[in-house]
Amino acid sequence: MTADEAVSRLESGMTLGIGGWGSRRKPMELVRALLRTGITDLTVVSYGGPDVGMLAAAGRLRALVAPFVTLDSIPLEPHYRAARESGAFALTEIDEAMFMWGLHAAANRLPFLPVRAGLGSDVMRVNPGLRTVTSPYEDGETFVAVPALRLDAALVHVNRADRQGNGQYLGPDPYFDDLFCEAADAAYVSCERIVETAEFAKEGPPQSLLLKRNVVSGVVEAPGGAHFTSCAPDYGRDEDAQRAYATTPWPEFAAEYLAGRTT
Amino acid sequence: MTATRAEYCVIACAEAWRDAGEILASPMGLIPSVGARLARLTFAPDLLLTDGEAMIVDPEGTVEGWLPYRQHLTLVTGGRRHVMMGASQIDRYGNQNISCIGDWERPKRQLLGVRGAPVNTLNNPTSYWVPKHSRRVFVEKVDMVCGVGYDHAAGARHHRVPRVVSDLGVFDFATPDHSMRLASLHPGVTVEQVTEATGFTLTLPSEVPSTREPTAQELKLIREVLDPAGARTREVAV
Repeated sequence: MTADEAVSRLESGMTLGIGGWGSRRKPMELVRALLRTGITDLTVVSYGGPDVGMLAAAGRLRALVAPFVTLDSIPLEPHYRAARESGAFALTEIDEAMFMWGLHAAANRLPFLPVRAGLGSDVMRVNPGLRTVTSPYEDGETFVAVPALRLDAALVHVNRADRQGNGQYLGPDPYFDDLFCEAADAAYVSCERIVETAEFAKEGPPQSLLLKRNVVSGVVEAPGGAHFTSCAPDYGRDEDAQRAYATTPWPEFAAEYLAGRTT
Repeated sequence: MTATRAEYCVIACAEAWRDAGEILASPMGLIPSVGARLARLTFAPDLLLTDGEAMIVDPEGTVEGWLPYRQHLTLVTGGRRHVMMGASQIDRYGNQNISCIGDWERPKRQLLGVRGAPVNTLNNPTSYWVPKHSRRVFVEKVDMVCGVGYDHAAGARHHRVPRVVSDLGVFDFATPDHSMRLASLHPGVTVEQVTEATGFTLTLPSEVPSTREPTAQELKLIREVLDPAGARTREVAV
C-alpha cells in the first residue's frame, strides 16, 4: 500500500506508537502522510524525535508518552520544546526502561510489569496514577508496576520487507520496533525496499528478521522513508536537512516537507 | 608540562572508574569520554566501552561485542555499569534534573526529559559531570528529580552516587547525612570560588586536597592519542 493508504486506516483520538529512537530510523514518510490528513487529538507513544516535534508543531497531539524528545545531534527538539512550554498537550513522562517494559507488558498481554526504576524520582509525582507492587518472595522489594502501553496502531520503518509484512533491519540496532508492532492492534511498516521473501537471506542473517507478518497490517515501500533521520546502513542522518527543520518556522518548513520536497 | 584545567577534569573523570573492574563505563559528554578511555588505557584495563551507539569497542575501535539499547537496559538493571551523566541541576543530596526548568506542568524551559536517569540511579553507580559550575546548576532543590539523590533513596539497595566532577573540583557524598562534600579542588581554584558558585552549603573538610597531577604518560595519551584536536578545551575553557 501507499503511505497515504496506510494512514487512511488511522483515526483521530487514537493511541499511536511510533518506532525508532530519537532521530534514528523514524518512519518519517508515514508521519508526513499523517500530517497531510486531518487526523488529530492523538496520544503518541515514542522514544521521541522529530516525529513528536512535527506532530506537536502541527497541533495534532492530545497527549504524549515519552522518556525524552531529542534530535540527537541537536539535543533539544525546538518544536517539542515550544509546544511543551505553551502547555499544548498532556505529557506522561516515564523512564526509558519503564517505557520498554510498558511495551513488553502490552506485547505479552499483561496489565503491568515490575521495574526497579522510577521510585524516589519525580516520575512518581508527575504520574500520580502509577502504582507499586511488592515482591511476594523473601526479598520483599517494592517495584513500580509499569502499566501496559497498549497501542491502537504502530508506525515503524525498517530497511527491507516483503509484501506479506516480514521486516528486516540491517543497521546496528533494532531499537524497539518489534515491540511496537506486537503492542499494537494494527501496525504499518514502511521500508527502504520491498524484496522477494527469498532475498532476505542475501541481505542479512536470520537474526536481522525483526518483524513477523502476523503482527503487521500493511507494508509501504518508501525509499528514503526515514529521511532526515538515520537509517543505517542505507543512509546516515541528513544533518543539513535536520538543521533546516530545527531553525525554520514550522509552517514554512511544512509547506515544502509535506509536499515531499526535502532539502 | 603543565596540565590545563580541562586535563585535570579528564583525570578527575577517569578516577571515577578506578578499581571498577569488568563493567561498562558509560560516559556522557566529551571530557568524561576522554576520561573513560584514559582509564581503560591505564589503570582500568578491564572496562567495557561502547562506540556511543550499539557496539562494544576496544581502544583501537575493534568491535568486541554488541549492545543495542534493549540489551543496554538489561545491563543497567544488572548493575555492571558505572554511568557519568550530565546535570542541568543538581542539589546537595545528589538529586539531578535534566527534564525541565520551572513547574513541570508548564515548564519555563523544556529540556531533554528524564531519559534513563531514574533507572540508572536505582541500579548502578551514577556519577555526574558539570562543565560549568554555577549557582544555576548547583541548586538548593532541583525542579524535577530525574536522577535520585540520597534523601530520596531510602530502601534503594543498589543506589550509589560516587562523585560529581565539575570544572572547579570533585565532590562526593562521604558525610554522615550524605550531603555533598568538596573532595578535591582542581589546581588554581580556591574554596571561595567553589562556595560562591554553589547555591547550597557544601561540607568542607579541614584540609581540601588538590585533584591529582596527571602522569607524563597520561598527558601524552590525552594530547596525542585520545583528543589530539583539543576538543576538551571547548567543553572547559583553559
